[in-house]
Amino acid sequence: MSGHVAPKSLYYTIFAALIFGTFLTVVVAKIDLGIFNNIAMLAIACAKASLVVLFFMHVKWSSRLTWVVVCSGIFWLLIMFTLTMSDYMTRGWVAGTWK
Amino acid sequence: MAQQAEASTLGMWVFLVTEIMFFGALFMAYIVYRHASPLGFEEASHELNLYLGAVNTAVLICSSLTMALAVRAAQTNQSRGTQIGFLLVTMLFGFGFLGIKAYEYWEKFQVGHVPGPNFVWDGQYPHAAEQFYSLYFGMTGLHALHMIVGISIMTYITIMAWRRTYDSEYYTPIEVAGLYWHFVDIVWIFLFPLLYLIGGHY
Repeated sequence: MSGHVAPKSLYYTIFAALIFGTFLTVVVAKIDLGIFNNIAMLAIACAKASLVVLFFMHVKWSSRLTWVVVCSGIFWLLIMFTLTMSDYMTRGWVAGTWK
Repeated sequence: MAQQAEASTLGMWVFLVTEIMFFGALFMAYIVYRHASPLGFEEASHELNLYLGAVNTAVLICSSLTMALAVRAAQTNQSRGTQIGFLLVTMLFGFGFLGIKAYEYWEKFQVGHVPGPNFVWDGQYPHAAEQFYSLYFGMTGLHALHMIVGISIMTYITIMAWRRTYDSEYYTPIEVAGLYWHFVDIVWIFLFPLLYLIGGHY
């Protein structure tokens, strides 16, 4: 069998991007952007994770079925975060629902 | 053969999705408690050495590169020496990561930031700090456990590579082990900013 063989240059490019992303995350942490600090750092983390998933884990060249499995995993995680936080963040909005 | 390789890869991905939910639960706890005590978490996070965290992030990124190159070496029929070389370097980075983590944990024990009866905190939010460190030890501890498992798997893969098992016709185990390794890297990519960089350091 032969899956897709990526050129080494691609791996090095992705590696450089990941290292740069790490450096950028630390830089962003040291600047006061208010609420955007968290958003920026999470956005960078998501971008780095995407690079690892797509290129190092070969998902970019994988079957549609693999894509579905990966995306559904992330989707389910987001369901957990969203529904849980929609509960916690609305505590106290209606009388009697605090904690 | 291609169908078998596809099936193996898919099987590992299904397992990784369960791992996403496994770590996801701890991330969920983190979100809930950070939402409840944002300032306390910020104060607690400042006591972590963000430079060690950043170095650890870079170490794992390097290990992912060498892991990808190890898989590629098998894919392109390179010698077992090349394959083993990349695998050993990957494991070396893994040990480096664990070494830095061990030092960090030791330091936390020294200053009494370990949740429990000996927890000491002279900041403004001791309760939130203890919650933060429970999550810190829980999440990085679980992650470190996965690193140890990953290194063990790599040891086995390296032995198999020594036996000339992998070539362009058959490299499924090393590809699948690589998926696991990259996943552990991804978890840390999220752990680093969430634990070490709360509230910025300006």
